[in-house]
Amino acid sequence: MRPPLLKLEKVQTHIGPYHILHGVDFEVPEGGVTMLLGRNGAGKTTTLRTIMGLWTASEGKVIFDGHDITELSTPEVSRLDIAYVPENMGVFTDLTVRENMVLAARKGKLDSARLDWIFTYMPALKKFWEQQAGLLSGGQKQMLSIARAMVEPQRLLLVDEPSKGLAPAIIQNLVEAFKALKQSGSTVLLVEQNFNFAKSVGDTVAVMDNGKVVHRGSMAALAADDNLQQKLLGLSLDSHQ
Amino acid sequence: MSNQQTLAASEALPKKKVDVIPLLLAPILALAAYPVVGDMPTWATLTIAGIGMGLILFLVASGFTLVFGLMDVLNFGHGIFVTLGAYFGVSMLTGGVIGAVFGDQAPLSALYAAEDLGLNLAALAIAAGVGMFVTAVIGLIFERIIIRPVYGSHLTQILVTSGGMIVAEQLIVALWGPETQPLLKPASLNGAVLFGDIAIEKYRLMTTVVGLAVFAIMILLLNRTKLGLLIRAGVQDREMVEALGYKVKFLFVGVFAAGAALAALGGLFWGMYNDAAVSTLGGSMMVLIFIVTIIGGMGSVGGAFLGAILIGLLANYTGFSFPIMAAFSNIILMCLIILWRPNGLYPVAKR
Repeated sequence: MRPPLLKLEKVQTHIGPYHILHGVDFEVPEGGVTMLLGRNGAGKTTTLRTIMGLWTASEGKVIFDGHDITELSTPEVSRLDIAYVPENMGVFTDLTVRENMVLAARKGKLDSARLDWIFTYMPALKKFWEQQAGLLSGGQKQMLSIARAMVEPQRLLLVDEPSKGLAPAIIQNLVEAFKALKQSGSTVLLVEQNFNFAKSVGDTVAVMDNGKVVHRGSMAALAADDNLQQKLLGLSLDSHQ
Repeated sequence: MSNQQTLAASEALPKKKVDVIPLLLAPILALAAYPVVGDMPTWATLTIAGIGMGLILFLVASGFTLVFGLMDVLNFGHGIFVTLGAYFGVSMLTGGVIGAVFGDQAPLSALYAAEDLGLNLAALAIAAGVGMFVTAVIGLIFERIIIRPVYGSHLTQILVTSGGMIVAEQLIVALWGPETQPLLKPASLNGAVLFGDIAIEKYRLMTTVVGLAVFAIMILLLNRTKLGLLIRAGVQDREMVEALGYKVKFLFVGVFAAGAALAALGGLFWGMYNDAAVSTLGGSMMVLIFIVTIIGGMGSVGGAFLGAILIGLLANYTGFSFPIMAAFSNIILMCLIILWRPNGLYPVAKR
């Protein structure tokens, strides 16, 4: 079996006086989409931010591709080809769509073949290429945020609740984009609240509660087990639909 | 799937709202002042003088506002770079008076005293260049020693940078002496050019040209280069710029040094405008810089430009028509503007 691309070992994170993560353990296998699920306040966003170096773990280790990256700064983590799509999307609204993409292409110029590939899933970005990003709709901003993470090949994408606040039709577009990413061989760690979305793109899953991972397994198995969902997430598919 | 894609793509974008009202403020102020001032030549002279003064303020305010925008740092010691710019001018152009460690011999005094505009401007350009470079280096040291330990806390920043300013001011007194150091304009820049009845001081004409050139270069840099994009993006969302793999701290240190250099240029011009350098030059100017920055919106370069022009104009109009109000009219303007727009004319959209 291949070693995992990303591994968290007993990660604890404090934010000021608050103890948020109480020893998070899970692995992200290379290739495919790993879902990180859990109730509000379970520590999913904090986990992503800790991996990204935006907050530093007070204890435990974050291991990427065999290297300990716990203490690295955010730019250093990013330069290992780890891309981050934050919950607030982090779109630079004063800049145009093109300028947002130019900044994301840190290593060089925008590659037109790769852009065309992105545009097939996110045609709105092509249409509004020279428009100010602040004028985009919520869904388009989310697309831009994900497109920025796709503009150069990345080894790992950390994506925080991309479906939040989006209309179902737009969410379907996102699903297609993530399937394309998966096909291109990228590894994705995806935080979600929307269970249907998680079910349609996830391969493996980790469920968090109170700053710990309480369940690990395959997404299909969790999707098939209503009782387990009820227990872990406090919801069943019926109540969520 | 294709249905939904076309659906997403066919949504039209809302029209970009161009916020023109703030741009109209300066013309409105100028027009409103016309009947108060009374006659056309005086009004034109005051207006151009106001723009010239505003551009000097902008040189200093641009660095202050970007330093705040990028790293949330309030540098109350920014004025020290202004003072240094003027004192380097003294040492290089005219030489100090009694007590000055740097002596009364200035390396560029012959060029500066020559009765030739070209030679004078050359001396001024060299002095400005060297002064800006040395001040940028001092800015780097200031950032390392004073600013870096207090990232993240505004109150501590205000206390520590104000303290740093007092220490630095006294160091200047120790080096150059407590006396006011004369920094006279060369003969070629004294007096005015007449356009019909309108008299324009040559010196203000020069500062206006230089100030506009700096503003144009800055706007090009911010809008047309990747470095500029990074600065604008960093002002808006520092974390995201870092998550894209850029080290914002390096960017910030560079902006800090550049801001110090521009403040030094502003200080040289301000000192020459007052014909003298004193150790409190920068400190007294900082009040105006705060007003300019607050009017423009903290972190906004365009706003700082607009605010600087407004304050420059207002200072000249009230100085002529209501001298008794000159000292506080700018505060009144600031209050009115923040009652109307609490975040300034062009607030930076933060996360």
